Amino acid sequence: MYEKTRVLLAGDKAVLIEFGNSISPEINRKVHNMCIAIKQARISGITEVVPTYRSALVYYDPMKMSPDELKAKLFDLERELGTAKFPRPKVVEIPTVYGGEYGPDLEFVAQHNKLDPEEVIRIHTSTDYLVYMLGFTPGFPYLGGMSPKIATPRLETPRTKIPAGSVGIAGNQTGIYSIDSPGGWRLIGRTPLKLFDPTKDPPVAIEAGNLLRFVKIDEKEFLEIRRAVEASNYRVKTFEAG
Amino acid sequence: MTVETFEVLEPGMFTTIQNLGRHGYQQYGIPVSGAMDTYALRVANILLGNEEGEACLEITLIGPQLKVLEDTVIAITGADLGPQLDKEPLPMWETVPVRRGSIISFKGLKSGSRAYLAVAGGIDVPEVLGSKSTYVKAQLGGIDGRPLRKGSRLRTGPVKSAEGLAGRKAPPGSIPRYNEEHELRVVLGPQDDYFTQEGIHTFLNSQYVVSIQADRMGYRLEGLRIAHKAGADIISDGIPLGAVQVPGDGLPIILMADRQTTGGYTKIATVITADIHKVAQAKPGDKIRFVRVSEGEAYVLFRQYEESIQNLRTQMKQPALATAHSAIFKVRVNGRLYEVEVEGID
Repeated sequence: MYEKTRVLLAGDKAVLIEFGNSISPEINRKVHNMCIAIKQARISGITEVVPTYRSALVYYDPMKMSPDELKAKLFDLERELGTAKFPRPKVVEIPTVYGGEYGPDLEFVAQHNKLDPEEVIRIHTSTDYLVYMLGFTPGFPYLGGMSPKIATPRLETPRTKIPAGSVGIAGNQTGIYSIDSPGGWRLIGRTPLKLFDPTKDPPVAIEAGNLLRFVKIDEKEFLEIRRAVEASNYRVKTFEAG
Repeated sequence: MTVETFEVLEPGMFTTIQNLGRHGYQQYGIPVSGAMDTYALRVANILLGNEEGEACLEITLIGPQLKVLEDTVIAITGADLGPQLDKEPLPMWETVPVRRGSIISFKGLKSGSRAYLAVAGGIDVPEVLGSKSTYVKAQLGGIDGRPLRKGSRLRTGPVKSAEGLAGRKAPPGSIPRYNEEHELRVVLGPQDDYFTQEGIHTFLNSQYVVSIQADRMGYRLEGLRIAHKAGADIISDGIPLGAVQVPGDGLPIILMADRQTTGGYTKIATVITADIHKVAQAKPGDKIRFVRVSEGEAYVLFRQYEESIQNLRTQMKQPALATAHSAIFKVRVNGRLYEVEVEGID
């Protein structure tokens, strides 16, 4: 974390507010708290805020405020971050069926780490993962916190089509494909949740700053939840972090 | 009430429905998209008395062929792709009434690369996440999130008042000339401190050429390599429109409407809003120079740019009388050709 937060120029209608130069839950928490503070302050010239690992890109309308006015407002809000109260992060449950056709690389991940597949599942479901940010494709979460015990290199030749909802491992990261796309992650399972649904607003099931908890389900449950999701009848399970 | 106004006989190379973009969703990883040249789109809508951000056709290099199904009024701005109405030249940057049964076509590229066809009432497609803009990669907006196809039918929205639309022209001073050399004004940052002094000097003092990898996502440029101090990777952060990203190979990429929301390469500078349309109209082979402006200058230039568009809107709100009586003369003075607009005042 920087001792002094930096505000960097990003053209004539955005500035970048940067809190540090590393990936850490503390810095990222500050990013998300800053985004909440900006939202709550309802500053009319600010048009959009994009949180990332260690910074937030703040778009504004220069017809409504000058860059100096914007920077002064941001620094005011930043100074109050330490004393303001912020809600605890939300934990979102991601029901996931592991192995088989849903996770064709589960065996490989197990062999690579000299574990049996059940242990891989146990390790993968035993931590909460911080959603540092969304990006890459609509609704794709960049997650932190995976155990190095199940780290596995990417496929040498990426698959041309991976179904949305696939849960994978790449190096020491885990993630979920949010839309059908090509990719080289080792697939260990799949969730029936729709991470991206443009007919809903917000169009994503998880947001930056959330914690994700993978919960093992079987194929029958997968199909039931999928049906409920399709019928817009499924409520994603969430609760406040302890 | 919306009506079917056009039938697509030929779709052209890449014709999409665009407006001013999908804002507010970058936090979810959803790109803004929208018109590449928002200036041309806004002027076309202003001419027709539409909301500035109405959905238009963005037409890339090779135009479509459209059959008019209902009488209406259109305006074409942006690149000159040789528009024609029933095989006769169709004037650009002004309103043109079109009759049922007529055919709108494009003869071939003369200058620029993206034309905008606006129609009174706007093109009517459902909004997806607050916008009609097409984002092909995730199949959002437009017609099923894809470019126009042969046989597509386009509906248009209700027209507030067709009266007074005839004969509206954009004043000559408001019409950009698209040539093959572009000077782009930039503000340095957010990561200019990742480059050596020599690297910044190279960026601001050499000429770059638009490569064939130039699309709605970004323009890769060729030219002298820009030197980093120690590597091109950063911890991924947000990417503003017009960001000039410089990856490890040292060659700049200007990021445009369909850019990813976040990225992990250094960004040396950002093109100012008033010059984004120049990028949108640049073609492979065109030459680009970057010129640095300060933060304060960029702020003034932004306001001037917006005010020029507001002025145009105010002018157009006045009865079309003044423009209807105007005429453009070509005058040669000291061997140089000037276009002069003369307005009759009753």
